[in-house]
Amino acid sequence: MGGNSPCASCKLLRRRCAKDCVFAPYFPSDDPHKFAIVHKVFGASNVSKMLQELSVHQRADAVSSLVYEANARMRDPVYGCVGAISYLQNQVSQLQMQLAVAQAEILCIQMQNEPVMPTPQMDPEDDKSFLLQNNLPQYLNFASSSNVIHDSLKRESIFGDIIS
Amino acid sequence: MNSERCAACKYLRRRCPSDCIFAPYFPSNNPQRFACVHKIYGASNVGKMLQQLPTHKRVQAANSLYYEAQCRIQDPVYGCVGIISLLLQQIHNAENQLAKTQAEIAVLSNSHTQDSQFQQNFLLQQGNVGQSSSPSTQPSSWFK
Repeated sequence: MGGNSPCASCKLLRRRCAKDCVFAPYFPSDDPHKFAIVHKVFGASNVSKMLQELSVHQRADAVSSLVYEANARMRDPVYGCVGAISYLQNQVSQLQMQLAVAQAEILCIQMQNEPVMPTPQMDPEDDKSFLLQNNLPQYLNFASSSNVIHDSLKRESIFGDIIS
Repeated sequence: MNSERCAACKYLRRRCPSDCIFAPYFPSNNPQRFACVHKIYGASNVGKMLQQLPTHKRVQAANSLYYEAQCRIQDPVYGCVGIISLLLQQIHNAENQLAKTQAEIAVLSNSHTQDSQFQQNFLLQQGNVGQSSSPSTQPSSWFK
C-alpha cells in the first residue's frame, strides 16, 4: 500500500490500491456507501470492465449513472429504474392529452369569435378575408413518448445534469 | 435432470438443476437475453437478486434487469438514466407549452367577452330594426 489511503473500492475489496486504480478517482475513501451499493448491484469486476471500456472523460458520468441505477434498484428491487421510466412516460402522456385539450379549446374560442351578425347577407369577399384573417393555429408537433423506450435503444442519448 | 439446459446454464456451461433460479426467466431459446444481463450484472448478482424476491415478482424483476442491461449496452455512459433525462426534458417542455397555451386561452376568452359586449352596445346604438353592419366591423379585424 502506498502513502495514500486506499480508495473505497480497494478498502471494501481488501486489496492494495494501485496508483492507477480505475476506481480511485470516482470512489473516494470518505464515501464507502457509494461503492458498496454499486458493487452489490453490478459487481466490482463488471464496473471495472465498464469503466475501462470508456474514455477517461466519460467515466465520471458513467459512475454517476451506475450509482443512480444501483440506488434505484436497492429502493425497488423488482423494477429499479424502469419504475421511474414508466411513471415519467405516464406523466408525458397526460401532459400531451392536456395540451391537446387546451389546443382544441383555443380552436373553439377562435370559432366562437367568428362574428354572428344579424344580417343574412354576406359578401363572398368577406368569406375570403375572414378565412385569411383566421388561419387555424399551427398545432404543436410533440414527439410521442410512447416509443421512447424503443427509440432510445436505437440512438445516442443526451444527458443533462440530473444526478444530484 | 432437465433434458435441456436454460440459457443461463448453457452460457455458464453447467448442469441445469430442476430448481435452477434462472430457468423460468432465461429460456434456452433466447440466449441473448441472459448474455445481456450477465454482461452488466453478472450471473451471481442476478441469481442473488432473484432469490431475494418472492416467486411471483421474479418475472418483472428479470424483465427490468434485461431492459436496464440493454440500455447500458446501448449507452455505456448513461444507460437508462439517459432515458430518464430525456423524459424529464419532455415533461418540462410540455409543461411550458401547456402554460403558454392556457395563457393564450385566457387572453382569447377575455377578448371574446369584450367583443360580445362591444357588439351588443354597437347594435343597440344602431337601433332595433335589422340594419346591416359594415363588414369592417367584424371583430376579427379589430385585433389585427
